[in-house]
Amino acid sequence: MRIRLAGLTIVLTGLLLAEISILAQAGRGGAAQAPAYRAPRTKDGKPNLNGVWQAITEANWNIEPHSAAPGPMWQLGAAYAVPPGLGIVDGGSLPYKPDALAKKKQNFANRASQDPEAKCYLPGVPRAMYMPYPFQIIQSTDHIMVSFTYAGALRTIYMKKTEAPADSWMGWSNGRWEGETLVIDSDSFNDLSWFDRSGNYHSDKMKVVERITATGPDHLLYEATIDDPVVFTRPWKVSIPLYRRKESNAQILEFKCIEFSEDLIYGHLRKVPLK
Amino acid sequence: MNRRLLASLGLSPLVFAFSVVLIAPLTAAGQAQKAVAKAWSLPRTPDGKPDLQGFWTNNSYVPLERANNVTKEFYTKEEAAAAAKRSAERESEQTVPGTTGDVHYDFTQFALDRSQTRLTENLRTSIIVEPANGRMPPVTAEGKRRGDERAAARKQQGAQYDKVQNIVQGSRCIFQNAGPPMLPPGYNPAYQIVQGEGVVMILIENHHEARVIRTDGKATQAPSAVRAYLGNSVGRWEGDTLVVETTNFHENVAFRGASENMKVTERFSRVSDDEIKYEFTVNDPSTWEVPWKGIMPFVKIGGPVFEHACHEGNYGIANTLSAVRLEEKKAAEEAAKKAGGK
Repeated sequence: MRIRLAGLTIVLTGLLLAEISILAQAGRGGAAQAPAYRAPRTKDGKPNLNGVWQAITEANWNIEPHSAAPGPMWQLGAAYAVPPGLGIVDGGSLPYKPDALAKKKQNFANRASQDPEAKCYLPGVPRAMYMPYPFQIIQSTDHIMVSFTYAGALRTIYMKKTEAPADSWMGWSNGRWEGETLVIDSDSFNDLSWFDRSGNYHSDKMKVVERITATGPDHLLYEATIDDPVVFTRPWKVSIPLYRRKESNAQILEFKCIEFSEDLIYGHLRKVPLK
Repeated sequence: MNRRLLASLGLSPLVFAFSVVLIAPLTAAGQAQKAVAKAWSLPRTPDGKPDLQGFWTNNSYVPLERANNVTKEFYTKEEAAAAAKRSAERESEQTVPGTTGDVHYDFTQFALDRSQTRLTENLRTSIIVEPANGRMPPVTAEGKRRGDERAAARKQQGAQYDKVQNIVQGSRCIFQNAGPPMLPPGYNPAYQIVQGEGVVMILIENHHEARVIRTDGKATQAPSAVRAYLGNSVGRWEGDTLVVETTNFHENVAFRGASENMKVTERFSRVSDDEIKYEFTVNDPSTWEVPWKGIMPFVKIGGPVFEHACHEGNYGIANTLSAVRLEEKKAAEEAAKKAGGK
C-alpha cells in the first residue's frame, strides 16, 4: 500500500510540474501568448499553416487605439467613415521620436492622396497581414509564400537563409521553425510604406520579427516586433489573431487596383481635366 | 541483350529465339533496374505529387506563330541559333544612343533583353503546334466583328497620351503576357513554383503576379460574374501531369482578340531535372474556328525572384503625359503668337 501511494505521489508530482511548466511558458509572453495547441502537421512534419486567412481588426485605419471618425472625403458619407478600434500595439500608442511624430502628423493631414494604399502601392509589412482582405499561405519546405488579395502583393519567406539583393516594399524575409511557431526575420524594406491609413510610418532601417503560431484549427496568433531606431525610441509589438476563411470555396480573388488609382496619381495630367 | 552480347555468349539468334521466353522476365527486370540507377527519376513532394518546385524561365525567341517563309516544324540547331541571333540583334538596336528606345530603357545595360537571361533550348519554328501550319486558326465572323468594335471603341477614347487610360496595359504595369497561356513576356521571364497542401502557386516575376491554382479536388470555378486578368484556375493531377483549366477572364484581357468566354487548358509535365514541358490549348469558338495548341519548355534558372514593383516605380507614365501636355501648351502658344502677328 505504501509503495502504491508513493507511485501515485510521483505521478501527481509529475503532473503538477508539467502544469507549472505550461503556466510558466504561457506567462513568458504576456497575456497574448498562444495556449498550448499542437497544430496538425504537413507531410514534412511542420505545423501546417496552409490556408486562406484574414485579420478581423480596425488596424488598417489606425493601428493605435482610436475613436470613430469621419472619412477623408465628406462626399463619401458614413459608408467610408473610420470605425473605432482598440488598436493592436502593445501598450497602446507608438513610441515616436519628436521629429518623427511631426512627420506622422503631416502624413495624416495628407492621407487622402498620400497613403500608399490609395495609390495601389505594395503594402509593406506588417500592414499586409492586417489589411481587411484575405491572404493565402502556401507552405512548402524551402519556401513559404504569402499571396495577398490587396494589389496582388506577395511575400516569399526563405526557409534557407538568403540575403536581400536590394531594398524593396515587402522587404526580405527569412523564416525558421521554433517548435509550434514560424519565426520570420525581415529587413531591407524601403521607407515608402505606411502601417495604416493614419500615416503611421517607418524608415528603411526597420527590422520586423514576426511570430505566427496556430492557437486552434482555425486561428493563428500573429505577433510582430518592429525595431526602427530612426523613427521610434524603442522596439514595439503588435498582436492580432488571424482567422481561417471557412467558406468551402475560399480563395484569393484578383484585386488589381492600379486602374482604380490612376486618376488619383495621373489625373492632373489629362488633356481634358476631370470634372 | 544486343547482337554482340549474344555472340559473346556463343548463342545463335535461333537459339536465342527459343530461350527468350525463359529469360525474358529476368532480363527485363535487370534492364529496368539499370535504367532506374542511371536515369533521372521524377522528384516528388512529401505528399507524393510530382515536384515542380523551383525557379524557371520560358525565355525564348521562338515566335508564337511560324513565319510565313518557314514551312518546317523544327529548325536545325544552327538555324535556330541564327534565328535567335537575328532576334537578339533587333532587340539590342534599342540601345543606339539618341533613339527613342535608348531614352526609355537601355535594355542591354539592365539585362532586360532576352539574350542575357538563359534561353530555353527549343528548335521549334513556332510555339503553336496546332493547327499544323504553326499559325493561329481563322477568326470567326463574330470574332472579326468584335475586333472591329473594340478598335472603334478604342478610337473614341482619343489619342494614346490624352490620358493614362489610353496607354497600353503593359506600360501601366497592369498586365503583360502573364497568361494563361503563359507566353514569354519579353523581359522578366522568371517564375517560381511552390506547392502547398492542395495548391500549386506560380509566381510570375513580371508585375508580381501569383497564380494560386487549387488542386484539392474540391475546387470549382468561381461564379461567372467574378472576372480576373489571370482568370480563375482549377487544377488536377492526371497521372504525373498538372492539368489546369482557366475561365472567367476579364474583358480587358482580350488575348489575341479572344472573348471573355475563352477557356485555356494547360498541362505541366516535369520531363527532366531541368525542364517542365508546357502545353496549352486555347478554346474560344466565338473567336476562332478551331481550338489552337502550343508547346514550349520551361527550364531551370537560379533564384531568387526579386520584387517587381512596376507601378510603384512607374515614372514613365507621369513623364510622358507631362511632356505631351507641355508640347500641347507650346503649340497653343505658338499658334496664339502667329494669330496675334497677323
